[in-house]
Amino acid sequence: MSGDRLRAAGLRLAYDGRVVVDDLSVSIPDGGLTVVVGPNACGKSTLLRGLARMLRPRAGAVLLDGAAITAQPSKRVARRLGLLPQSPVAPDAITVGDLVARGRYPHQGLLRQWSADDERAVAEALAATGTAELADRPVDELSGGQRQRVWLAMALAQETPILLLDEPTTFLDIAHQVEVLDLLAELREQRGHTLVAVLHDLNHACRYATHLIAMRDGRIVAQGPPGEIVDAALVEAVFGLRCQVIDDPQTGTPLVVPAARDGARRRA
Amino acid sequence: MSAPVPAVRAPAVRSPGGRLSLRVHRRGALVCAALAAAAVAAALAGLALGDYPLSPGEVVAALAGRGDGPADVIVTELRLPRVVCALAVGAALGVAGAIFQRLTRNPLGSPDVIGVTYGSAAGAVAMIVAVGARQSAVSAGALGAGLATAAAVHLLARRDGAVQGYRLVLVGIGVSAMLLAVIDSLLARGRIEEAREAAVWIAGSLDGRGWAQATPLVAALAVLLPAALALSPRLAVLELGDDAAAALGVAVERTRLALIVVAVAIAAAATAAAGPIAFVALAAPQIARRLTRTPGPGLVGAALTGALLLQAGDLAAQRLLAPDQLPVGIATGALGGVYLAWLLASERRGRRRA
Repeated sequence: MSGDRLRAAGLRLAYDGRVVVDDLSVSIPDGGLTVVVGPNACGKSTLLRGLARMLRPRAGAVLLDGAAITAQPSKRVARRLGLLPQSPVAPDAITVGDLVARGRYPHQGLLRQWSADDERAVAEALAATGTAELADRPVDELSGGQRQRVWLAMALAQETPILLLDEPTTFLDIAHQVEVLDLLAELREQRGHTLVAVLHDLNHACRYATHLIAMRDGRIVAQGPPGEIVDAALVEAVFGLRCQVIDDPQTGTPLVVPAARDGARRRA
Repeated sequence: MSAPVPAVRAPAVRSPGGRLSLRVHRRGALVCAALAAAAVAAALAGLALGDYPLSPGEVVAALAGRGDGPADVIVTELRLPRVVCALAVGAALGVAGAIFQRLTRNPLGSPDVIGVTYGSAAGAVAMIVAVGARQSAVSAGALGAGLATAAAVHLLARRDGAVQGYRLVLVGIGVSAMLLAVIDSLLARGRIEEAREAAVWIAGSLDGRGWAQATPLVAALAVLLPAALALSPRLAVLELGDDAAAALGVAVERTRLALIVVAVAIAAAATAAAGPIAFVALAAPQIARRLTRTPGPGLVGAALTGALLLQAGDLAAQRLLAPDQLPVGIATGALGGVYLAWLLASERRGRRRA
């Protein structure tokens, strides 16, 4: 565990003196798909932003490859660790191809502005997300699902072995949600990427995560493979929701079924 | 997976070792070349036309130092510094406007909005009316007050150690309104001749600009424009939002501050030379973007468009009502009103269609 590339030790994260995450230590398994779940305002997005050096720790440290992430040159970090934020902004009238190409920034310099590697990485990212045929379209004209896949393509074009995603499925319908999650699973299996995603849907988390982190009030309540840690007691402790946990008929992973209102229970 | 198709329709130019590589937007390059040619043509017209018309041959001979008598003096001492001022001020306003518009993500973002222009104007008017200064002292006052205003707006717009684009715009508008009141009260108190001189300065004019204004401006831009170009790739990433930019390895706050400092200095240097010329900083980047259709911040296109706009505007202001001289700022201001109305109307149509 202590050999993992991305770790946090004794981490305290705060906005304007309001402490959101305190004394948190975590190690992100290399080559895994780690999913962070928890109720609203539990600090899961804050933790992700801290891991991606968007927030400077008030105490403790985030370590990337054994050294404090905030002490390393930011552009060099960006070649190893990427983040897809919750609400990135598409500049006016930019085309899909040009937006995805901006993901290559950490690999470029004053002289090296558009290498053959850049061109290949952008083409591969577009192909992997099924957005190649959109390359010439302005981003403002796309649907929400297409736009999310384009942003994912930009993050992929960055070609970082570690990628963090803040609620990558939030604005998508169920089919597009599954599509994005399948894509993440493929990236992990085929390329050995280390992925960390904040997700809202507990059942998606259980199905896709190789490592699950359940948070509440800025602390980690439980972590491990979903099949080993998710039960009715954990869901009640984290979300305050009474439920039944059964096996997912497709995958055998835990499936959380919220308890029905008393009056709505079906008579067996 | 099929063979990767070129995702970005722009041919690449690469050195054999791959150390140097560039993307060439063919349309953007062609438009920039055309803009540069048009600006040169307008500049030559500015050198040739006037109360003492010269042939193109005489102008070229004078520029080459082989002119005779009056033509030589008229070109190199009277008309050339004014043309250089027009090109340099136009280019400077174009670049400053492009940076502010990208930083604030607002097509109305410009040095006027951030308060630099009115700060400079207040400084210049104070020098003219209260101190009775002339020429270079007025420029110095404008430069100092412009920079001071930008610093004040920046400090007031800060919150939690970060500056958001929209706060910069809101604070800038408020400070500009206050400065406008200061200018009015100075004008109301001053003597009539000084007030008149100050009013011409406020309108923005290239009339009577000599090497005393042109040389320091060109020297300042020789440093500031390359700095702006060097920051341009970071500006393109900053447009994606603070978190996305930070994830791509840009130091967000430091980069934003550097861009503001460079843009403010460029705008203040231009204003010190020619007064607050309306509309160029607002329109040049938008016109350039629509012409070139390149995805980046487009600083080169904005600079060339600004230079062309101001030189052509000055030519019109000089010749249309000759022998009366119209301050170029009035000509560009009148055009600006029309342009602004068109921009707002077309933006709204675009929204509705979307």
